[in-house]
Amino acid sequence: MTTTLSRPDTARPDLPRPTFRQRLQVWDVKASPYLYISPFFIVFAIVGLFPLLFTFYVSVHDWHLLKGQGEFVGLQNFRDVLGDRFFWNSMVNTFSIFLLSAIPQLAVALFLAAVLDQQLRARTFWRMSILLPYVVTPVAVALIFTNMFGEEYGLINNLLGNLGIDPILWKTETLPSHFAIATMVNWRWTGYNALILLAAMQSVPRDIYESAALDGAGPFRRFFSITLPSIRPTMIFVVITSTIGGLQIFSEPRLFDAVTAGGSQRQFQTTVLYLWEMAFQRQNFGEASAVAWLLFLIIVLVGLVNFMISKSIATADTKPRRVRSKR
Amino acid sequence: MQRARAVPGTGIDSGSGKPVRKSRKRGSLVDGRRPGFLTYGILLAFLIGSAYPLWWSAVMGSRSNEALGLDWPPLLPGGNFWTNAAEVFDTVPFWKALGNSILISGTITVSVVLFSTLAGYAFAKLKFRGNGILMVAVIATMAIPTQLGIIPLFMVMQRLGWTGEVGAVIVPSLVTAFGVFFMRQYLVDTIPDELIESARMDGANMIKTFWHVALPAARPAMAILSLFTFMMAWTDFMWPLLVLGSSNPTLQTALSQLQSARYVDYSVVLTGAVLATIPLLILFVLAGKQLISGIMQGAVKG
Repeated sequence: MTTTLSRPDTARPDLPRPTFRQRLQVWDVKASPYLYISPFFIVFAIVGLFPLLFTFYVSVHDWHLLKGQGEFVGLQNFRDVLGDRFFWNSMVNTFSIFLLSAIPQLAVALFLAAVLDQQLRARTFWRMSILLPYVVTPVAVALIFTNMFGEEYGLINNLLGNLGIDPILWKTETLPSHFAIATMVNWRWTGYNALILLAAMQSVPRDIYESAALDGAGPFRRFFSITLPSIRPTMIFVVITSTIGGLQIFSEPRLFDAVTAGGSQRQFQTTVLYLWEMAFQRQNFGEASAVAWLLFLIIVLVGLVNFMISKSIATADTKPRRVRSKR
Repeated sequence: MQRARAVPGTGIDSGSGKPVRKSRKRGSLVDGRRPGFLTYGILLAFLIGSAYPLWWSAVMGSRSNEALGLDWPPLLPGGNFWTNAAEVFDTVPFWKALGNSILISGTITVSVVLFSTLAGYAFAKLKFRGNGILMVAVIATMAIPTQLGIIPLFMVMQRLGWTGEVGAVIVPSLVTAFGVFFMRQYLVDTIPDELIESARMDGANMIKTFWHVALPAARPAMAILSLFTFMMAWTDFMWPLLVLGSSNPTLQTALSQLQSARYVDYSVVLTGAVLATIPLLILFVLAGKQLISGIMQGAVKG
């Protein structure tokens, strides 16, 4: 970076009246920040804010994919959605898949981060190896695992057969299908989360560990008494981002059965898939928009809960780690 | 795509801060002892678990369909890869999809990084009215899920006649609130105010200052943001599926067509999955370190 720009000969600060150039400079200083931020706000207004508001407009109307806008119906679409058992089915599925993925994922990621938080040889290699699944796109992940979980010839049922276990109906039965989809999510995201947790662990001062070791605390004691409390904020962060990701899960259940939108009996129809079906198969844009808004409200709710939890934890800590609150 | 566009806004102040990693004596958790076989055994087991599904699909993708029915999966690739690959190219417009994906992801990356750096620099270093409140607005927009807008966006694209065009995929992603936030967080600590002042004293106008002071300093963050934006655009599935038809697909939507063909040849599907994974694998090998450091900075949630 260079600061040795040649001084332009136009800058003559001893002139009594502001010259045109000086006024230009003042204008430059004042207007430039707005120029720099305007592309974001202009584009966002068009592709972010407008759809947001327009979705609400659509959600209070009868609106058909092909026929277009119908009459104003108030909150009827919301009422219909909330009275639709398939909506609730999709919510249950979403949360079930989320729990099946978030809990093992976090536990394994935590364990893995603790393992990586040592003086390893070939550290970069191990970090890259756990991140490998992250570069496989969700679509490819879904295709690969859909085949592995095939009911007739899938790898997993074949292996189970070798052990004398009857094939599991991964795509027909509800819980197995949730398990299969959760496996796809876990495979792709565990290493990613482990790296985030690892970063938090590395910021814990080592001398605390040393003095605890001197006091006779074993590795497990040190992990549960020092590591875990120190990385709590990051843990919450990871939980929340996986929750939000989980609430929006689409590719995996969409491709798990390519023909239906979430299984022949909607065994694994998630809320976003329900939205998709409502909009583009049943062509009911009004109700689909209502689903979109309900989903948004749930996500905001989750965000608020996170905010409160992380706040209370941050203040409960006697010696809070340097939390990133300075903005 | 699932987590990639989620909301960091709410969690960010609890996340691990960017520069928290201190230089420290490289002691291990376990009393300064070097980790033993158990540690490497665990990591190796995890490596196998991470790599095996990919390896399995490469093996199956290079064999015929019958291999899938075997009780014990073969461990080595067969000779059918090119036959299957030819089948992939016959079934879906693979190369066109690859071109579309590169065009879409590339354009989005350039645009997001450019505009994010500009706006992030303004928010981090320039004084102007409304700086604080506008930044809050940016952060707030990170909480908006993409699904919320797809219906009206779809209607807009239909009205414009853009359905089936790559522009319909590019335009909604030209800026991201996350990018602005990320660049701001990075630049706020990275550029000393004095540096900007001295550039101004030397008579550089605003855009020159940006060009010669901010841009060089922002380069590492721009690299990381590029990587993540590219991956985000590359892996996106729902919106391209919706707005592009099957005749003009991205790699992801083309891939999904393999699965939904009437007669599904699974080894061909797996070949397709492998083929589509190769570009990102190359990127991973070339830029894996940056990717890891970006993730480890914790700010890249999102």
